[in-house]
Amino acid sequence: MKNRKIALLGLFIALAFILSYIENLLPLNIGIPGAKVGLANLAVMVAMYTIGEREAAALSLIRVILVGLTFGNISMMMYSLAGAVLSFFVMLMAKRLKIFSICGVSVLGGVFHNIGQIIVAILVLDTQSLLYYLPFLIAIGTISGVIIGIVANLIMARVSKTIASM
Amino acid sequence: MFIGNGNQGMKKNDLVLIIGILGIALIVMLGVQLYQQKVAGGGALVVVTVDGEERGRYSLDADISERIELGDGTFNVLEIADGYAQISEASCPDQICVKHNHIRYTGETIVCLPNKVVVSVEGGMDRGVDTSTY
Repeated sequence: MKNRKIALLGLFIALAFILSYIENLLPLNIGIPGAKVGLANLAVMVAMYTIGEREAAALSLIRVILVGLTFGNISMMMYSLAGAVLSFFVMLMAKRLKIFSICGVSVLGGVFHNIGQIIVAILVLDTQSLLYYLPFLIAIGTISGVIIGIVANLIMARVSKTIASM
Repeated sequence: MFIGNGNQGMKKNDLVLIIGILGIALIVMLGVQLYQQKVAGGGALVVVTVDGEERGRYSLDADISERIELGDGTFNVLEIADGYAQISEASCPDQICVKHNHIRYTGETIVCLPNKVVVSVEGGMDRGVDTSTY
């Protein structure tokens, strides 16, 4: 990894951390456990398209661990780790397929983040009744995915040239 | 606004994807609702709420033992047997919910205040006694 990439990755990790913090300050309380906007995914998305795929994977992983240690507990970290890993894997596939734009990739990321979380929750808590939340979580993941995708698109249009020329 | 914006904007595929996902979510939602109605059709339901939020519904007809985890190691164990629901085990200090009689009639509830858990029966038989005479 070049120095430039390392520096950029550090910057993006800090950004993802702050975005998670902001999201923590503004809890979206709609009575569904695990429903989040997923602001930090913004940093992961932009990193995946500008710095590189491997760097974005590292970013996603480090963010989950940092945020889990700072704001959450071990079980929260486990849920978000499952969500982050599954959603990153799906986003990577979707990106490589090249049939979706950032928006589509982000939607898939949002949806599978929630699916990953609820699968772990069902396994850990051993309650299938959590499945009732799945359709709602999928719908919320789609909506937040669209929002994150559009914002990522706007950021990319401004940032990608600067990063490429660095 | 974001459509037809070349490679940077939202593609037609994205729209298909979004509509597809929302469609699947809707179908699953309807399916769950139908399934719940079928389950509820059998008789009374036990509704568990935690801190005001519904956590789950269980049929009074099926014998189950459900551990309700509340995080930080606190828990209540809901047990349904022979058409009665009760809390058989709990992490709370006072154990009032555990000592509470088992419930089966509509409107009967067991409350665990320390854990903010409320277990109540819905859509079942009314208690055979008038409230004023009870």
